[in-house]
Order: sequence, then C-alpha cells, then structure tokens
Amino acid sequence: MSDATLPATALSSRRAAPRGALIGKVFEGLCFTAATTLLAALGGIIVSLLIGGWPAIHKFGFGFLTTATWNPVTDVYGAAGPIVGTLVTSALALALALPVAGGVAFFLTELCPARLRMPIGTAVELLAGIPSIVYGMWGLFVFAPLFAKYIQLPLMTAAAPGSLLETLTMGIPNGSGILPASIILAIMILPFMAATLRELLMSVPIGVRESAYGLGATTAEVVMSVTLPYVRTGAIGAVMLGLGRALGETMAVTFIIGNSHSFPKSLFDSGSTIASTIANEFTEATSPVHTAALIALGLVLFLITFAVLGLARLMLRVQEARS
Amino acid sequence: MSAGKLIRRKVGDVAFKAFCVVVTVIALVALTAILWSLLKQGVGGLDLDIFTKRTMSSGSKGGLANAIVGSIVMCSLAMVLALGVGILAGTWLAEYGGRSAYGAVVRFLNDVLLSAPSILVGLFVYEILVAPFHGFSGFAGSVALALLAVPVITRTTEDVLLLQAATLREAGVALGAPLSYIIRTVLWRSARSGLLTGALLAFARISGETAPLLFTALNNQFFSLDLRHPTANLPVVIYNSALSAYDDLVRLAWVGALLIAATVLAVTVVARIVAQEQRRS
Repeated sequence: MSDATLPATALSSRRAAPRGALIGKVFEGLCFTAATTLLAALGGIIVSLLIGGWPAIHKFGFGFLTTATWNPVTDVYGAAGPIVGTLVTSALALALALPVAGGVAFFLTELCPARLRMPIGTAVELLAGIPSIVYGMWGLFVFAPLFAKYIQLPLMTAAAPGSLLETLTMGIPNGSGILPASIILAIMILPFMAATLRELLMSVPIGVRESAYGLGATTAEVVMSVTLPYVRTGAIGAVMLGLGRALGETMAVTFIIGNSHSFPKSLFDSGSTIASTIANEFTEATSPVHTAALIALGLVLFLITFAVLGLARLMLRVQEARS
Repeated sequence: MSAGKLIRRKVGDVAFKAFCVVVTVIALVALTAILWSLLKQGVGGLDLDIFTKRTMSSGSKGGLANAIVGSIVMCSLAMVLALGVGILAGTWLAEYGGRSAYGAVVRFLNDVLLSAPSILVGLFVYEILVAPFHGFSGFAGSVALALLAVPVITRTTEDVLLLQAATLREAGVALGAPLSYIIRTVLWRSARSGLLTGALLAFARISGETAPLLFTALNNQFFSLDLRHPTANLPVVIYNSALSAYDDLVRLAWVGALLIAATVLAVTVVARIVAQEQRRS
C-alpha cells in the first residue's frame, strides 16, 4: 500500500493506515456481497420453490411425477402431462431447429458471398433478441390458421384409418397442439442456435480450414470432418443451451399448445408444458394445494433446466479453454 | 482414387451445399414472415391514441399509454438495481476473487442464471415479495426483471474488465493508488463503453420479458406510478389482449408487440455500434 509520503504520525511507533485502505476494504466487501447475491438468488429460487411446492410434494409424493390427473375441482394434481409435454415439445423443437441452424451456420461460414455475410449474420443475431411473446402471437394469429388449413387437414384426410399416421394426426384441426407449438419453439431458438454455432465455427483457426481445402477436401468434408469436430464440445454446449431455452420457454408455447393437461396422445393433440401451465393458472389458482402443485411443477422445471444448462455451460467452458 | 468415389464425393458436396442454401432460405423466409406480419398488423394500429390513452376494455377505444409508462418505470428501476449488483459482482470476479474456487462457482452459477427460465424467476419473486405482503406490485416486477438483467451485466462487466490492459493497473499501482481507487477511476472509466454495451443488452433482454411479470406486477387498467400496487406494463397487456377474443384488443396487442420489438431491435443495434466503437478505439 502507499506509504511513500510520510505523514507526521509516521514518527510515532504506530503508523496510521493509509486513507485508501478502509475504502478499499469496504469496496472489496461490496463487490463480494454483490457476487454472493448472485449465489443467494439461485439458492433462493431452489429454496422458495421447495417451500412453496412442499404441500403438493408432501400430499402426492412421487406419484406427482407419474400420474396425469390434473383436476382443480377435486384438488388432485399429477404432473405427468405437462412434464411429458415439456420434454416432447423441446425435443421436437430441437430436432427441427438443429439441422436448420447448422445449415445456416455452415452457409454463413463457408458458402455465403462475402458481401452478404455481414448483413445475414447480423440479421440472425438481431432476431435472436426478439421477445418470445412476438413469436407466440405470430404462432397464434398467423401460423396456426395456415398450419390447420395446409398441413393438418390434408394430413388427416390422407391418413388411412388404423394406420400409424392416423394415430399421429388425431386431434381437432384448429392449428394448435404439440407439433405446432414445437415448430414455433424451433423458429424461436433457431436464430440463437445459428448465431452461437456461427461464432464457434468462425473461431476455428484459418490455417486448419485452409489445410483441409489444400488437401483437396470438398466443402462438405471440410465442415463435417474438420471444422465441426474442431468445435465439437462447444457445439454440443450451444445445442444444449438452445434446448434449455426451449424447455423453459413460456410465451412462445402458451399461445399455441392448446392447454390441456391430459397426456398428449398425438402430434396434433392439445397439450401443455410446465411453463405454460404455470403461466395460465398461477394467478387463478383455486386452492392452496393448486398453488403448491404449480410451484412444485416449477421445481421440476428448475431441476430439468439446471441439469441441461449446467452441462451446456461446462461444455462451452471446456471448449473455451481448449481454443 | 477411383472415378466412382470422386463422383460420390462431388455429389455429396453439392447435396450438402444445396441443403445449407435451402435451409438458410427457409429460415430467413420464416423470420422475415414474422417481422412482416408484425409490421403489417402493428403499423396499421399506430396512432396518437396509443400514446395518450390508457388501456380500456373492448369496445371503447383505448391506448397503451399507462402500459408504456409502467414498463419504462419498472425497467428503469430494474436497471438501477441490476447495474449496482451486476457491475460490482462482475468487478469482484475480474479483480478480486475470480480465480478462487468460490469465484469459479459464482461464475458458473451466473452463467446458469443467464439462461434460466424467466418464469421461475417470477415464481421466486412471487414467493418472497408478493405472497408475504399480500399483493402484486410494480416493485416486485422490477425485482424480477432485475434478477434477469444482473447475470448479463455481471458477465459483460467481467469480460470487459479482463480486456483492459494490465499496464493500466500497474501504472496505477506504481503511483501508489489502492486497487479500489484504480478500479473506480481508471478501469471502470476505460471500460465505459463496454459496460454501456452490457447495460443495453440487459435492457433489451428485460424489456420484452412477459412470464416473470404475470404474477409479480400483474396489470392495471389505470395510470399509476406507485410501484407498491399492481402496475400496467406492455408485455402483460399484450398477453391479455392477444388472448382475449376481441378484435380491437388483438389489434392493440399487435401494436404493443411492434413497439416492444422495435425497442429491443433499436437498443440491440445501439449496443452493437457502441461495442464496435470500443473495438476501434
């Protein structure tokens, strides 16, 4: 610390602490408190969800996770419907968005004319920030009617009675349901995943890519056997971040999933996700157990997303450390 | 190499390129379609009433003025709270304890919070600020939004502080300044535009958040600057109006969605420009 200037007190046996020392201590303490607030927030989320959901967990036990009865009238709640709805819509959304996001990222890094690279790349990044409620509204008012008319109805009439297609396409052709919700989710996570993948692919050293081209590899081979494997860990992390978004997404789904708590039986059947159920019912919960059941649902969602996001972040960290 | 294999490779390459081009076109078409309907449906309903009248029930022509004001007030308070906590926490990670085990834990959990489902943040704030005090409030909404903004600010603060040259710190230390003084007067100042970028990105993130406000700020049909009570805000008004079956409310919802999307895009663009200026200097 600074003791270059000797104040008068320096002659006495005890030297006064430099003026900045106390301020420094206080400042460091403030910074530390702020960092700890973050931890406390995450801990607080877990604890508050546990406490709030306890009445439901206590009453229904493990059966809460495995039964599909969700009945506010008799006050009996089982979360299997929303849990399966969450997992199915997220998985479908990922399956739909991943190839497209990959294609966009490859296009932007390998094929795109230099003049278009910046505008398209920027547009994709900007779109990643559009609030999800916009996607939800578009899904409800624009996409659902088109989907019902041009995809749902033709598919349902084309399905032979008793065939697998008929089982998959059962439902009311109103454009809402599991598959439409998954498609909207896919469109919502697409820009985010494409932007992250593109950034990862651009971090591949130019020499690595050029050596592969120099050996005579085609574009497909360069991407599939050189650049993509180079950023493998990070790419998996990015995909899982996209999955985490889809799992916890509320607004893009709530508008179009149909909001029924029963177990979804087909792709066009209406269903619900954990987030959509909470959004729909929380302020109108009829009994304390109903509220507790909704909070317990939140706890389930937290555990699922925490696992997915934690793994995703670890993988991105590993990738960062490597490159 | 046999000619057959060469042809197979060439065909595979062409197929791959075609696939990339086709999915890019599909993605751009889908995303343009969304922006297009947002513009088409939203611009038609834009008039002066939107900014001067409060929200009303269907049938009487209302606007969004109270929701716009409520959103601005709540987001501003949220940003004040989040900037305080986020910048200090990011500074701690960059300058004090970032290399300790505790620092690694904080950084990791911050990253997790960064993409945690926002509806859970809403539930948490409901449990700590709404249920105990028996009432929805704009303040609870601000806290929920702040919790979503803090991780963004923490992350960018740490990143930009670590980018500052070590010689800046050394020069400060050589002059005999304590570290806290160097951070406040030298490092924060030289990282100013980076910190601004982080703040703008955080603002863009929270200004469209709907889920955490549903059961914290709730909604209010009237003008109110009193954050102790339910406060009108754009996202919840959009949500409620869009799900109502009334055409005039749905039209209002589109206008609100357009306003939010335009705000978010504008803020993001400004953030990028600021970041580019920073890189150039």
